[in-house]
Amino acid sequence: MIELLDVHKRFGENRVLQGVNLSIASGTSMVIIGGSGTGKSVLLKCILGLVRPDQGTITLDGQDVTKGDRDAFLARFGMLFQGGALFDSLHVWENVAFRLLRGPKALAKPQAREVAIEKLRRVGLKPEVADLFPAELSGGMQKRVGLARAIAAEPEIIFFDEPTTGLDPIMAGVINELIREIVVEMGATAMTITHDMSSVRAIADTVAMLHGGVIRWTGPVGEMDATPDPYVQQFIHGRADGPIESVR
Amino acid sequence: MRSAPVAKALGALGRPVLQAIAALGRVALFAAAILGHILRPPFYLRELGTSLLQIGWYSLPVVGLTAIFTGGALALQIYAGGSRFNAESVVPSIVAIGMTRELGPVLGGLMVAARVASSIAAEIGTMKVTEQIDALVTLSTNPLKYLAVPRVVAATLSMPVLVATGDAIGIMGGWLVGITRLDFNSAAYLKNTVDFLEAWDVGSGLVKGAVFGFIVALMGCYHGMNSARGAQGVGAATKAAVVSASVLILAANYVLTEVFFTS
Repeated sequence: MIELLDVHKRFGENRVLQGVNLSIASGTSMVIIGGSGTGKSVLLKCILGLVRPDQGTITLDGQDVTKGDRDAFLARFGMLFQGGALFDSLHVWENVAFRLLRGPKALAKPQAREVAIEKLRRVGLKPEVADLFPAELSGGMQKRVGLARAIAAEPEIIFFDEPTTGLDPIMAGVINELIREIVVEMGATAMTITHDMSSVRAIADTVAMLHGGVIRWTGPVGEMDATPDPYVQQFIHGRADGPIESVR
Repeated sequence: MRSAPVAKALGALGRPVLQAIAALGRVALFAAAILGHILRPPFYLRELGTSLLQIGWYSLPVVGLTAIFTGGALALQIYAGGSRFNAESVVPSIVAIGMTRELGPVLGGLMVAARVASSIAAEIGTMKVTEQIDALVTLSTNPLKYLAVPRVVAATLSMPVLVATGDAIGIMGGWLVGITRLDFNSAAYLKNTVDFLEAWDVGSGLVKGAVFGFIVALMGCYHGMNSARGAQGVGAATKAAVVSASVLILAANYVLTEVFFTS
């Protein structure tokens, strides 16, 4: 279980998170929605320790994430970055096997390569892709490789940062399906941040809406459409009129 | 009420000074962190090998070309200057001393700063803005250890080799000009060079080279890691890396020359 209690974060005068309270139960898929610049990525980076919150606590199974063995903590996570964040200088298979090749439980190169190719196959990529460099791949393929890297070490928790941004609707659908399948198959806890409503409906068990630095609404995805919350309604229907200010 | 403009002026003067001191402190802490990681595992030998190739091997042409033209020009200048007081015969020894003590390490360092500090800053800066550095952290890999340490070690190790090569090519440039344009006897020129050159002339240049290599990679890594977002941020980091590395090389050269040759 991941729990955030009264998490605050500001950058200069910009108060991005103003007291976020959120619980993500083990083995469930939570999707955080919210407009651009509302602090979704910052929230995710706070959990991973990439950004240090100014105030509040974040716990994983009751343990404060800022304390204890950092490597052991991060070994439980996999993450798919918005742009893929693949390492340009490494082959695709080395990207996927990056964690497998390092650390105290490092695998031998041939073994790690085998696992990488298996994970590539799992996300629908042929073994030939393994020896290419990331720059030789299309955007959709890079996302798949990022997904393969996120699941390579079979983590308990997987974070997805805008997994469908920049993809065409068909490829976005494929990625959404893959994420759902993998999360169910691995029994992992998943946290996805997105403003793509098709992703929300495909991936989420529960949904939380971040707006104004706080969680405005949270509930099962099945209740999202019926909620009377005007913020959620405006967001999911993409209306220009409503309590969320839109810049024209 | 007159004190307000004075305070304003003092503030305007003090602010950049404080900022410069703070920046110096940040660089010192960054350097200390890198030094602290050098001898602690894990060691990324493949990254070190790649960096040695990129920084050392691929810099050889530019360092060699710089050295040969500098050695040649130096020979012409010393000949022209020496002829004013009938001291043309000092050309071989002055070219050798000038190349090994000063021009080899300094010009080599500046050329490597232009080539390497810029590429390190651009590469690491791009990695930062494309979240590759965040990805390293989530994959339980310390970016400083994985990206900065191999580059700094490689630059520190390969710069003395580059300087030694540059020295030899520079002296050869002087010799070529000496025998083709200044009517020196080839054997006499070489004998003069060898006779006057002392081991410390070469050794001090190599030590300077190691220090300059450290500075070049340190500045490239520091500015890359602290790059702001976007193409403009990476561009600014690249420029800052080259400028700061060049200025620090010249400053360090003066300090090292004081330490090595004035006592």
